[in-house]
Amino acid sequence: MSLPAFAELLERLVFTPGRNAKLALLRGWFQAQPDPDRGIGLAALTEELKFSAAKPAMVRELVAGRVDQVLLALSHDYVGDFAETVALIWPVREGVNAPPPTLAEVVEALETTPKAELPALIAGWLDTLDATGRFALIKLVTGGLRVGVSARLARVALAEWSGQPVADIEEIWHGIAPPYLPIFRWLEGQAERPDPLDTPVFRPLMLAHPLEDSDIAALEPAAWRAEWKWDGIRVQLVSGPGGRRLWSRGGEDVSGAFPEITAAMDFHGVLDGELLVVRDGVVAPFADLQQRLNRKTVGAKLQKDHPAGVRLYDLLFDGTEDLRALPFDERRLRLEAFVAREQPRRMDLSVQIAFASMPQLAEVRAGARAASIEGLMLKRGDSPYVAGRVKGLWWKWKRDPLSVDAVLMYAQRGHGKRSSFYSDYTFGLWRPDGQGGEELVPIGKAYSGYTDEELAWLDKWIRAHTTARFGPVREVEKELVLEVVFDAAQLSGRHKSGVALRFPRIERIRRDKPASEADRLDNLMSTIAAPPPAA
Amino acid sequence: MAIGAPHPETWLKVTPAGLYCEPGGFYVDPVRAVERAVISHGHADHARPGHGAVLGTAATLAIMAARMGAGRIGVPQALRYGEVLEIGGVRLWLAPAGHVLGSAQVCLEWRGSRAVVSGDYKRQRDPSCAPFLVTPCDVFVTEATFALPVFRHPSPEGEVAKLLRSVALFPERTHVVGCYALGKCQRLIMLLREAGWDRPIYLHGAQQKLCTLYEELGVKLGLLPGATVANKSEMVGGIVLAPPSAVQDRWARRLSDPVVVAASGWMRVRQRAKMGGVELPLVISDHADWDDLNRTIDEVGAPEVWVTHGRDDALVHAMAQRGIRGRALHLVGLGEEDEAEPAPDDAAVPA
Repeated sequence: MSLPAFAELLERLVFTPGRNAKLALLRGWFQAQPDPDRGIGLAALTEELKFSAAKPAMVRELVAGRVDQVLLALSHDYVGDFAETVALIWPVREGVNAPPPTLAEVVEALETTPKAELPALIAGWLDTLDATGRFALIKLVTGGLRVGVSARLARVALAEWSGQPVADIEEIWHGIAPPYLPIFRWLEGQAERPDPLDTPVFRPLMLAHPLEDSDIAALEPAAWRAEWKWDGIRVQLVSGPGGRRLWSRGGEDVSGAFPEITAAMDFHGVLDGELLVVRDGVVAPFADLQQRLNRKTVGAKLQKDHPAGVRLYDLLFDGTEDLRALPFDERRLRLEAFVAREQPRRMDLSVQIAFASMPQLAEVRAGARAASIEGLMLKRGDSPYVAGRVKGLWWKWKRDPLSVDAVLMYAQRGHGKRSSFYSDYTFGLWRPDGQGGEELVPIGKAYSGYTDEELAWLDKWIRAHTTARFGPVREVEKELVLEVVFDAAQLSGRHKSGVALRFPRIERIRRDKPASEADRLDNLMSTIAAPPPAA
Repeated sequence: MAIGAPHPETWLKVTPAGLYCEPGGFYVDPVRAVERAVISHGHADHARPGHGAVLGTAATLAIMAARMGAGRIGVPQALRYGEVLEIGGVRLWLAPAGHVLGSAQVCLEWRGSRAVVSGDYKRQRDPSCAPFLVTPCDVFVTEATFALPVFRHPSPEGEVAKLLRSVALFPERTHVVGCYALGKCQRLIMLLREAGWDRPIYLHGAQQKLCTLYEELGVKLGLLPGATVANKSEMVGGIVLAPPSAVQDRWARRLSDPVVVAASGWMRVRQRAKMGGVELPLVISDHADWDDLNRTIDEVGAPEVWVTHGRDDALVHAMAQRGIRGRALHLVGLGEEDEAEPAPDDAAVPA
């Protein structure tokens, strides 16, 4: 199939708000499209495949050569987005009867065509496409495809389509490159599951449920192990003959940003831990770590001033031996032995906290004042290491309940000295959409709490991720998580969400956290129904 | 224009009530109640109540009577397409405009000078009404609703195919299409029928009256049950047509997991479609797109074109490059119904 089919998928995804409907569209794509186009399309949607061959300026020149300048300006003014203006205004050339290109043709040609010949190539493609196809092509070749399909969502769609567990797909995902032919062959039952062999692939992390007050009484202290919940970013360290990778909890490769960690991974195994900035054994606040995030490379000075370390929580593989089915207590012993044997630099063990009763542990939790501690983790001694969030195995017991991780939904320009910045933010939490899926509902607006640097970063992010404009308001892709702190939450009949926040402010930008893992409205509501004791 | 013939601007004048033909003593599509009105078509911004006498096609008069009550339209006089009438020395006839059933261009000739007031029109095929007829003239009066080169309507058959693909992809959901009750609704039904959709098409109450009228006027539309609560389960996997205002409203919640579809020329621009919360935008318009506006202007061969409403700036610029004199009339009160441009709305942002 050709580019127009991909363009139609893209358009439907952009206009589809519901997660379930997005999944249905993706399943339909996998079902209907031939290889390699379906894999290429998938990689393009999740931005694992990105092009920068053509610059927007080239597209600008192409259209300027074909369209009256006044009409182009009037049209651009009306439409807003330049790529869309070009897609719509591109004049049809009589007599063009070449078929539109396939995705595979586009990808191959972009890689092999000399730069000087690119404009003619792209113009020729544009001539074969309709407006929807032209829009997709322009976004594709300039690397600006933004459709709000996360790699995770795509893998869930693959799982639903094929009937294979999503964890099985995730485990091999990073070992196979686009267009993922061996994966599709396996999912269609034509071949065994591909073996990533020594490739340092990502294994889905085990996650914890938030502990509610009502759950505490049921916990039998002897069955549980407690550790501090450190305020860094969860990482998986994979090292072996096939290479070394540092994966974020969402399966993003962050190795490049932390070369001192990968350099210290002189072992063979897979570890789970918390990435932190540690100075002289003291964990620095999250803001320090933030300086290190989202960098492709990192300079010597930054490494020296913001030295990274990993606090180790778990051992998934010792050499090639898979420990994940073992109980936590046994894995812990293996982890301790591993650390004693390998003595990896820049890494230490997460300390286990002894406690005899839950009230005693609650006191320990209340007594922790360090900003680098978020609260406690409770892990059942007999819990295997399982992908995802299985209830009853691990709990997170956060210290400060008056904060939520919300998703940025809309932004508005501020006033006064901030009038050129998008500084007022509307954010939302997840709730069931009534059809078995999830939707975001706005819970409040904040316009303070961030630093000037964060404001500048947010402003830039918002401009680059705008999906719609309503006068002074921009709607953005629902991708950015903001940690919002507030003084109180109250029930409110005036708000769509049913809740109003007292003095919400932006505590922090959670670039590490996927939007799907932001808090749920239910969690916030439960704090209102049963107010937590004052901290 | 014959040598010595009066320029149309000397006998066809822009007044606050609308275009006025002085020697004939009548208005064309007046925006307020007048003694004598010629009506191009039944949309409410062109056909208003309270005139003394109204002249139009039989279908337009029937549509007006159905919408506002027979007693409010004035004394009706029906004219067939092409039938010539002489009023105060002015020769008047109606030519099909291809916009909606009964829609007409008002052709006027006085002392050898001819003006054609086209009303709203389109050139795309529409099985629910007669096709546009090119009438050469000295002054062509045109609308400019979609007069920007970004507006190029794709084939409506292709858009309907898109809708049917979506219906097949989401068999457990109900597709509710926002479409204007007069014209668009019936055109969509006929396009769906042509595409092989012979199942019932469910109608919001506001769509029913005009569909019944179309049937009475000989346009066959097939089975059109009401989209009532009683039909909820029956409508799963089906298609419902409703006014654009209803699809976003509480009304649509009675449907099963609705896919909000909109059929309008504005859907060509993404942000416009997203703003309305549309999940499946279909570019189907009853107005001429940029290419058809320009093609029509060239085909009627008028050296001068008056633009009643819409994007006159781009159209006047494009005509000037071809040596055609463009004049923006800035008529108020037009372009407010059927495909009225959606206004950017801050209220769309939940607080």
